[in-house]
Amino acid sequence: MKGVRDVFHVAGRELRSYFVSPVAYVVLTGYVVLTGWFFFNLLLQFNRVLSMYEMMRRPDIAMRMNLNEMVMTPLFYNMTVVLLIMIPLITMRLFAEEKKLKTDELLLTSPISVDAIVAGKYLASLTFFVLMLLLTAIFPWILFHYGSPAPELGTILSGYLGLFLLGASFIAVGLFASSITENQIVAAVICFVSLLLFFIIGWPSETVGSTTGKVLEYLSLIEHFNDFSKGLLESRHFVYFLSFILFALFLTKRSIESFRWR
Amino acid sequence: MIEVENLTKRYGDFTAVEDLSFRIEKGEIVGFLGPNGAGKTTTMRILTGFLPATSGKVKISGYDIFSDPMKVKARVGYLPEHPPVYTEMTVEGYLLYVAKIKGVPRKRRKEALARVLDRCGLSDVRSQIIGKLSKGYRQRVGLAQAMIHDPDVLILDEPTIGLDPKQIIEIRQLIKSLAGDHTIILSTHILPEVTMICQRVLIIDRGRIVADDTLERITEKETLENVFIKLTTEDVQ
Repeated sequence: MKGVRDVFHVAGRELRSYFVSPVAYVVLTGYVVLTGWFFFNLLLQFNRVLSMYEMMRRPDIAMRMNLNEMVMTPLFYNMTVVLLIMIPLITMRLFAEEKKLKTDELLLTSPISVDAIVAGKYLASLTFFVLMLLLTAIFPWILFHYGSPAPELGTILSGYLGLFLLGASFIAVGLFASSITENQIVAAVICFVSLLLFFIIGWPSETVGSTTGKVLEYLSLIEHFNDFSKGLLESRHFVYFLSFILFALFLTKRSIESFRWR
Repeated sequence: MIEVENLTKRYGDFTAVEDLSFRIEKGEIVGFLGPNGAGKTTTMRILTGFLPATSGKVKISGYDIFSDPMKVKARVGYLPEHPPVYTEMTVEGYLLYVAKIKGVPRKRRKEALARVLDRCGLSDVRSQIIGKLSKGYRQRVGLAQAMIHDPDVLILDEPTIGLDPKQIIEIRQLIKSLAGDHTIILSTHILPEVTMICQRVLIIDRGRIVADDTLERITEKETLENVFIKLTTEDVQ
């Protein structure tokens, strides 16, 4: 019980410190601006294709066009790329700054466990990330309000769930990157490079032979996101994301502990 | 209150602290002296549970730091060389946060906050951002942070560094007034400070204890300065 309270104490401070620095506002604004631009362009594209088919007097094809496939799914993919750049910025300071300011001495001489510290920091970034996602809910809302036929809600929710799991994995990597250095830029770069690598690690899967290819494909973060964006929920993807997150958090814990053993 | 037995800390080949043993009784104020690099900070970090020792035993308030670290940490207040403050927080916000993670129960936090604000002379700046405070005030916030959970043991690493003469006198008086209820280990380079505040002196050199006695007996024949210079070697770093 005390451990859980400690997690919230750490998370609460962390979350507040996001909002007293400009980082939170810059990241939130940047994220909404970029995704908004993507959304706007996808809508334009959709309208252009729609009016084209109508001009060609093919209402049958026009009827089959749907907002899920042509707007939301590509939007989700665009968001994953924006997250790839944004997440390192929100995780880079988590531990690096504590070390720089020497406040890690306060945390580690307080009667709270390393688990609670890691979990608290993770929870704070996760909350911030959920806020980022919530701000983008305006886009599906616009589609529901003005789109006809309206898109399917289930597919959109599933896409968001996938985006949440993907972002949660990104944050776990970012937390680890921040725990191994006291330089925030280094933390951000390590995080970005590892994320990008895990993103595209499946690329050679066609050429490197079937077993290695399968392994690489399985390791790739984006491969596990694909089904979510199409509205398919499969347990193996949950298993992948959860084990990915837990492993990164475990490494973070070890890295914090090892710092004291040096 | 504090029992240290055969404490050794090695970093690779380098031995920072070797076979340290001492006891400190409840209510004592002990001056912890030694040249730079003698192992003072390392010893203090081990006592606070920040660093693990290579070998040896440390017991504080009857709890072993290695087998019961949480219990020890709840009973120790620590002011490191650099006050561990979050510069973007207000004094009040920061101290309340420290109270939370030090395990002060919710009902007693306001009271604990009022006590340390008052004792450390921080009432006037309670709602200011720590980053905007002068070094002296930051040092006081660091001290307040160490005291907020009313610990049995206070470990202070150069608490008067960077303060102006008036603040130094205030902080010294504050530390003196804490004696009795608290056991205090104070590391410093200012020898007159030790003469003024401490009852007992521990001098270490190259990780070994070279003197451990009451201030009276150490300064019986010679001044503390002379004893210090005689017992310690040149700056090792």
